Amino acid sequence: MSRRGRRTPWLAVLVALIGFAFIALPIIGLVQQVPWRRLWTDLETPEATAALRLSLICSLWATALSVLFGVPLAWVLARVSFPGRSVVRAIVLLPLVVPPVVGGVGLFYAFGLQGLVGQYLYRWFDIQLTYSTAAVIMAETFVAMPFLVITVEAALRSMDRRYEDAAATLGAGPLTVARRVTLPMILPGLIAGAALAWARALGEFGATITFAGNIQGRTQTTPLAVYLLLQSKPEVAVGLSVVLLAVCVAVLALLRERWLGAG
Amino acid sequence: MSLAARIVLHLGSLDLDVELRADDGETVAILGPNGAGKTTLLRALAGLLAIDRGLIELDGTIVDDGARTFVPPEHRPIGVVFQDYLLFPHLSVLENVAFGLRSRGTRRGVARQAAAASLARSGLADRAGGKPHELSGGQAQRVALARATATEPRLLLLDEPLAALDQSARGAVRRDLRAQLASFAGMRLLVTHDPLDAAALADRLLILEHGRVVQTGTFADVSAKPRSPYVAELVGVSLLRGIARGDHVELPSGASLIVPDAGSGEVLAAVHPRSVSLHREQPTGSPRNVTMGRIDSIEQLGDRVRVRVAGAVPLVAEITPAAVLELELVEGTEVWTAVKATDVTVFPV
Repeated sequence: MSRRGRRTPWLAVLVALIGFAFIALPIIGLVQQVPWRRLWTDLETPEATAALRLSLICSLWATALSVLFGVPLAWVLARVSFPGRSVVRAIVLLPLVVPPVVGGVGLFYAFGLQGLVGQYLYRWFDIQLTYSTAAVIMAETFVAMPFLVITVEAALRSMDRRYEDAAATLGAGPLTVARRVTLPMILPGLIAGAALAWARALGEFGATITFAGNIQGRTQTTPLAVYLLLQSKPEVAVGLSVVLLAVCVAVLALLRERWLGAG
Repeated sequence: MSLAARIVLHLGSLDLDVELRADDGETVAILGPNGAGKTTLLRALAGLLAIDRGLIELDGTIVDDGARTFVPPEHRPIGVVFQDYLLFPHLSVLENVAFGLRSRGTRRGVARQAAAASLARSGLADRAGGKPHELSGGQAQRVALARATATEPRLLLLDEPLAALDQSARGAVRRDLRAQLASFAGMRLLVTHDPLDAAALADRLLILEHGRVVQTGTFADVSAKPRSPYVAELVGVSLLRGIARGDHVELPSGASLIVPDAGSGEVLAAVHPRSVSLHREQPTGSPRNVTMGRIDSIEQLGDRVRVRVAGAVPLVAEITPAAVLELELVEGTEVWTAVKATDVTVFPV
């Protein structure tokens, strides 16, 4: 008797192939446009170096701020039950789905010169955030932090809390438990969240251009430079694009085991 | 120096109301079926759960009174060995053992020295640098005990300390644990559902059913007069201590029990009352262990009767009321007991 496997649904495979091609083609299109031999010279132009350096600095700051504020936020969402927790979580995760431009507009009316908080920052401390590098960092943090919160919260929820109990019975107060048990045990989740947040910050465009503007050397990050240079110096734009693409591939590789599963 | 507690606690469907006490140098075993509230009781004592009502008093200090006073776990002089040990996977074995001292403010170097010394006493000096996942079950148990006792707590709580081990490792680890418990000066509270652990490790049993203490006393007391069918089922086995000599176990009375394979050394031989038959005349047949005794007591428990037979091989038989009537059994009657060698289970102690 011959064993017959299930029939392969060829129609579904065909449609899947079209879907795959739709995602793969732009990547191929970009890579085949890269002037590999001149790539280094292109990246050494003033606009490119300024944009790359600014992107690196701002995205690292945004990642650091996301970790600093995101970890306690994730901890509160995972461990403290209070009325309205689901509303707070929804607000924290909103930047994941809100168009970044809308986020930029919101930042403008919160921290801009006439903004909710911004007017007092200006009046009392003479601090003007709009069109500053700080504004870039804020815009990037706004879009990146939810990635960190969602990942760390999941790690905290899936952790076996009895290890924290064990630490408490050994004389560890809440802060010692957090430092010596909880944080080390969720470290893989924290690293994954930070990597995702960093990748998101690096690619930030809409909120940045809306809230921080597009000033070379001060607020013009790599994605903004790519958009502008595509008209005047397309080869530099392509070079910068491929750098961003390479970074994202590296982040995916880092998260391979956690997010993409085996195989 | 003692522990005195009345713990009233509602948690989900569990309604716990238990009174218990323990004295220095004493091991109390808390036995009960799943869901009886054993672990909850331990968690309340450790301070991982607050009690609703009652009082937990340790060496005269109130640590929880269900109202104003609640001493958090990190400030109670209590060590816990958790069910699956819960050794911190990201720390080395040495750092695990040093954790308690470090948390209580001992300097790193001093804490590590003490931890290393304690590991050496447990015969695990060569494991100090390894990670917990590299340990065998028995080694993990010893590390967990070393970690829990490093801060010299007054009360040691052990939650099913042998449940995580496979059957083949249990006997040796149980013997180990008995020696280690004896060297711990404070009070010991052991949660288990295995009557053999209780028989081998505890001075006194406390049996918990549905959140209530149904019986307490020494193993001999409780197994002699089990107060509920569950207790009879749990500790109603006849346990005979003796020396294993290959194919038989030598009892203190001089009599011996034939068994398939006893091994050697000090052992407990367990005989379930269901596998003991009673005869008015000496039976002939396949059972290898046939001895004469005198009926000590007859008790009805549910739908069966427990007959206690005293003699060179003291045993309990569980038979039907009809059999009692037919054989005309009363206290003082001389009877023959018969047990198949294959119905005797032998455990090293």
